[in-house]
Amino acid sequence: MVTTVTNLGRSGLSDWMIQRISAWVMTAYLVFIIGYFIANPNLDYAQWAELNSLLPMRMFSLITMLSIAAHAWIGLWCVLTDYITVRLIGPKATAIRIFFQLGMIAVTLLYVLWAIDILWGI
Amino acid sequence: MLNVSIYRYNPEVDAEPYMQDFQFDTQGKDIMVLDVLEKLKTEDPTLVFRRSCREGVCGSDGMNISGKNGLACVTPLSEAVVKNKLVIRPLPGLPVIRDLVIDMGQFYAQYEKIQPYMINNSPAPAIERLQSPEERAKLDGLYECILCACCSTACPSFWWNPDKFIGPSGLLQAYRFLADSRDTATEERLANLDDPFSVFRCHGIMNCVQVCPKGLNPTKAIGHIRNMLINSAT
Repeated sequence: MVTTVTNLGRSGLSDWMIQRISAWVMTAYLVFIIGYFIANPNLDYAQWAELNSLLPMRMFSLITMLSIAAHAWIGLWCVLTDYITVRLIGPKATAIRIFFQLGMIAVTLLYVLWAIDILWGI
Repeated sequence: MLNVSIYRYNPEVDAEPYMQDFQFDTQGKDIMVLDVLEKLKTEDPTLVFRRSCREGVCGSDGMNISGKNGLACVTPLSEAVVKNKLVIRPLPGLPVIRDLVIDMGQFYAQYEKIQPYMINNSPAPAIERLQSPEERAKLDGLYECILCACCSTACPSFWWNPDKFIGPSGLLQAYRFLADSRDTATEERLANLDDPFSVFRCHGIMNCVQVCPKGLNPTKAIGHIRNMLINSAT
């Protein structure tokens, strides 16, 4: 058992499951948005604003945003723990990795809060 | 004449590794890569590599042959020579001791982690612990692993984290004991694997399946372990 504290889900299985579920949510959102654009070729701002002011649409957008955040957190955490390691770049690796991990987490959370502000500001 | 290029490195003499070129007369025969190495060693006794059974059973002569990991003793030249050239390097990702000999310590440490032995604390029966033919069949494709390390050293996840990711070979063995009806430590074994590295660093690229000289499928075994973890944790 390898101990980790900066991954999202605390266990390998939960990270794996979050990664798969978030991928399905993002796929569903993408299919919906593309389908909506195809179904509404003459889309104007008023119609677009009306769609995004509906509570179910806001919820869908927010769940998608959370999925993107979770997916990015897990994916980037894997990349950072693959390449910024003591084995590969020496003893400074741990400090550098923590810096990038915390930076990645902070940026991800800021994007989520920003998205909430945008969605509920429409 | 066949052009043979071999990775050479003797840390006591060489500042850094280099490739040494040899000319080899195959006499038109499709011999094994190990035969080539044995012949070249008679010409240059300083060439070092591991070998033992010379028939794909002991797993000693795993090496990188023209870019693909495999056993020199069961790899014919017809599969290994590209444009009349044979390139032989040590298995990638583990420290080189000398020439084609690598330090397998990290590989064995991961194997040891998965407790590669049957755990059953119930009193042993008079003769043996019986299995049905169906239960025994579950071990097919698992017990045949010879620990040659061709798979784990072909896996990028193992290259980056050989101290944390168990690797395809160790995980194939882990599932061999998880699938064994006589083993009673299933929950304990699963609990030891449920972290972001041990199993889940496998991203399913299947390099292990491509190179396994015994035709085994570690990726499939890893999928079974993941399903067992899901069954036990949801």
